[in-house]
Amino acid sequence: MNVRAKIQRETLLAFERVGKTFSNGHVAISGLDLEVRRGEFLTLLGPSGCGKSTVLRLVAGLATPTSGAIRWTESRLREKIGFVFQEPTLLPWANVFDNVFLPLRLAGASRAGAAPAVFGALERVGLRRFNAALPRELSGGMKMRCAIARALVASPPLLLMDEPFAALDEPTRLALDDELLALQAALGWTVAFVTHSVYEAVALSDRILVFSAHGAIVEEIVVETQERGAAFRSSPAFAAHVRRAFQAMERTAEGKIG
Amino acid sequence: MKRDPRDMAAPLVMIALTLTGWEAAVRFYAIEPFVLPAPSLIGAKLVEDRILLFDSLLITLGVTLQALLLATLAGVALALAMASSKWLERAIMPFAVVAQVTPIVAIAPLLLVWLAPAQAVLVCAFLVAFFPILSNTALGLASIDRALIELFDLYRAPAWKRLLYLRIPAALPQFLTGLRIGGGLSLIGAIVAELAAGAAGQGSGLAFRIVEAGFRLDIPRMFAALALISLTGLAIHAALGALTRLLLRRWHDSARESE
Repeated sequence: MNVRAKIQRETLLAFERVGKTFSNGHVAISGLDLEVRRGEFLTLLGPSGCGKSTVLRLVAGLATPTSGAIRWTESRLREKIGFVFQEPTLLPWANVFDNVFLPLRLAGASRAGAAPAVFGALERVGLRRFNAALPRELSGGMKMRCAIARALVASPPLLLMDEPFAALDEPTRLALDDELLALQAALGWTVAFVTHSVYEAVALSDRILVFSAHGAIVEEIVVETQERGAAFRSSPAFAAHVRRAFQAMERTAEGKIG
Repeated sequence: MKRDPRDMAAPLVMIALTLTGWEAAVRFYAIEPFVLPAPSLIGAKLVEDRILLFDSLLITLGVTLQALLLATLAGVALALAMASSKWLERAIMPFAVVAQVTPIVAIAPLLLVWLAPAQAVLVCAFLVAFFPILSNTALGLASIDRALIELFDLYRAPAWKRLLYLRIPAALPQFLTGLRIGGGLSLIGAIVAELAAGAAGQGSGLAFRIVEAGFRLDIPRMFAALALISLTGLAIHAALGALTRLLLRRWHDSARESE
């Protein structure tokens, strides 16, 4: 992971003065510049309603910018994006296998042809034994693992995650954070992650963009560390990054009041 | 998933008590059979007239099931069309509602003028069964989880795959609710139309047997035909309930039995 942090990364996609105003007149973001770099774990951190989820939806093509442009270095990349939503968003009538199979099925793969990829993805998130279980038979953490397996089954070059673990209890969340880091290290994904938890942001990210309540980026924090997981979370460096992120968040909160 | 046999005990005991009480009351007060026949007499009549009544049962059942099948095909097709176009939905819905709120008894005489009795009966049964299937299926198609729709947007799913893997399974519970209601109503529609056709009814379904028995003051046969209608309704209800459980029991709350 230390090697990963030192490589000068090329840009995967860039927002150029991107704005999004909803049809009801609400301005989610305006004039936003940011870039996502290949292989990095990028976190968008900010209060609820600051437009950070909108950024992910724009990247995924689930929303279109009302101004500005999103530039991709390779346009074919945008066809293969993995997205983990805030909720697991599983098909309740389909078992774990079929839920993970869905992206490949929609892309035209046969069940037999896709089986190795599906089982491989399930193996990675520890759900191999539960392939025949229905979503309602799974715990909250397992449902989220299933959603992650579905997002990674098509080997997307870019994985978008919108507060995926916000609804989980703390121990499950920490376990999934660590699993996610291990997966990213193993598979070399680019991850764009949205959270309002400062601790989660620092624990996971190579780079954090702190958003103001109005959807502007007020601070960029680069986290360089040799180690992740529990050891990092209890280190002075972790505490320093957390403090810096909190200060940035507080400044934006004051700005909102003023 | 097996049902507790004790669950069946309560209704069976109640039915036995009712029939015994009925039989005892008829004998004790010496009620004439043309006022209220005893259950034993109705049973005997069922056996005695079995060929005639069974033929009528087949006719009524056949019309009911045909109407239900047609209502299902038409209801689902229209619901899908309405779900694909807001314009179509607004255009079709008033007609469907008018067909629903107008009592079928009031439409039956007109249908009998226009159509042969057998066809009129079929159309009546179809009309009443059609609306609940249409409206429930349309509701199911309209209330698909937004997040799941976005998931399919994300993967740029073509329309037919969206239909197959998302919309049909998602709307299945509401469709089955509509089907269960439609199944009951389709029998009612068939019976009402047969009654409206009355003596003119050449196709001799169970309701025609009731009218006929009324003219002859053959009250036991009237009850026998009535019992067969009730049993037909129960059988349709049970069959559609079983179908619902079969299709939904693994994932949908509405079909899960308490564990």
